[in-house]
Amino acid sequence: MSDAPAPAPTAIRLAGLRFSFPIGGRSVPVLDGIDLEIERRSVVALVGPNGCGKSTLLRVIAGLLPSAGGVVEVEGRPVEGPDPRVGLVFQEPRLLPWRTALANVAFPLEVAGHEQEAREARALELLALVGLRDWAATRPGELSGGMRQRVAIARALALEPSVLLLDEPFSALDALTRERFNIELLRLWERIGSTIVLVTHSIPEAVFLADRVIVMSPRPAVIAADIAVDLPRPRRLADLDAAIVTRTAAEIRDQLGGATDDAFAVASGTVGHHDEPDEAET
Amino acid sequence: MSDKRGRILLPLIAFVGFLLTWQVIVWIGSYPTFILPGPLVVAQRFVEAWLEGVFWHHLVTTLWEIAVGFTVGAAAALPTGYLLARSRLANRLMSPYLVAAQAVPILALAPLIALWFGTGLLSRSIIIALVVFFPVAISAMVAVRGVDRRLLEMARSYRVTRRQRIRLVEVPAALPGIVGGLRIGITLAVVGAIVAEWTGGEEGLGVLINLARGSLFDIPLLFATLALIALLGIALYGSVLLVERRVLARS
Repeated sequence: MSDAPAPAPTAIRLAGLRFSFPIGGRSVPVLDGIDLEIERRSVVALVGPNGCGKSTLLRVIAGLLPSAGGVVEVEGRPVEGPDPRVGLVFQEPRLLPWRTALANVAFPLEVAGHEQEAREARALELLALVGLRDWAATRPGELSGGMRQRVAIARALALEPSVLLLDEPFSALDALTRERFNIELLRLWERIGSTIVLVTHSIPEAVFLADRVIVMSPRPAVIAADIAVDLPRPRRLADLDAAIVTRTAAEIRDQLGGATDDAFAVASGTVGHHDEPDEAET
Repeated sequence: MSDKRGRILLPLIAFVGFLLTWQVIVWIGSYPTFILPGPLVVAQRFVEAWLEGVFWHHLVTTLWEIAVGFTVGAAAALPTGYLLARSRLANRLMSPYLVAAQAVPILALAPLIALWFGTGLLSRSIIIALVVFFPVAISAMVAVRGVDRRLLEMARSYRVTRRQRIRLVEVPAALPGIVGGLRIGITLAVVGAIVAEWTGGEEGLGVLINLARGSLFDIPLLFATLALIALLGIALYGSVLLVERRVLARS
């Protein structure tokens, strides 16, 4: 609730970050000079038109895609390749279907060379954290979509990353489940205290979850606006109706630009600004 | 309950139907035994030959060749299939030869191999391995190519080494496709063994077929041997299924 007296150190620092995709022999700029500093233990939401490079930005921060110039730092050190300080949750759960929930959560620990006993104990803790302790022996095929995504979040936390990146993690869930998951995510964040950056298409969701909402421009993307959400924590679902939420959401819509209809289409995530493929597929 | 009964009863009815049709054809055509013996004659000869111990050492020889040839062929094919899936260079270099080797009938190749390596276990295993290689390699290639790229990206985000990627993600994900290739491979191995044995040698079910058709002129024995080969194929296929079920259940 109360702010720490000393200014929190920077969890993520991006400066002049550029990225291009090679498409058909030529290089298409996707990120065109992104400057962003994210405080430790804060929640930041990225919104922007479809295909603007939000998912690409997450992948660059996670070290899955190499930047084409500029600075990418996590906790003051540059990101060079896939980084254990960063946990990435994809849009789909991406669980290994032949493994149990427990073994899926233990996967990063197995890769990192932990002993079987230690990694199973840790994986069980993480499953308990996302409320799936009783489902440890279940395979993904027998879990609901929401449960699978919870397993994926537990897996992303396995290496105790200081930064958790979520790429539209709840987009496949129905609206009611999604609200519940947002609350759960905030409770989880309160317990693990990591920095969270999430991509979302829902403006209310962005406002409800985040301390700051970053609005990105169409491709090649720059940061169009950086909007603080002045809503106290801990937050409750009822806060969604607070005046400040409505006002902030309106401001974000404004910044997303264009007609209200257009912005609404972006917000609901059903219609894209452009008919470009989502960059997440590449 | 009725499901379980149907699983046994239906194939049994089909088998009896097959035998009846066979017998009826023999009756209607009134073929002599040396052209087409009836199922009863063949069955009688089968039991006789089995009790006399005619089959035994031929069967063991063939089985042993298949064990060696199939193991060698599959063991070489699996890494090759992986390489074909993951290396464009390897694919370009090797696939013309692979396809060409597959297009040349093994029936034509077998005498050559027998000429170079004799008519013993070595050349027979080589022939079987060659026959097994192609379907196993190709199905492994297709299966590895089909591994969900999103899972690979997920694995990469946890900094898997190449070996970890193969062992923890690609092999288990490709396993159903790989065992499909092994199923085809094991049945072709039986064909390969018989073809290899026709090129000469003293023992093996293929040799027995040649003997029954030639110097012995025992057509019921020829059919009984064919039945034994069919049973052998079914048994081998069944054991691959068993191994497959166990492996897939564990992974």
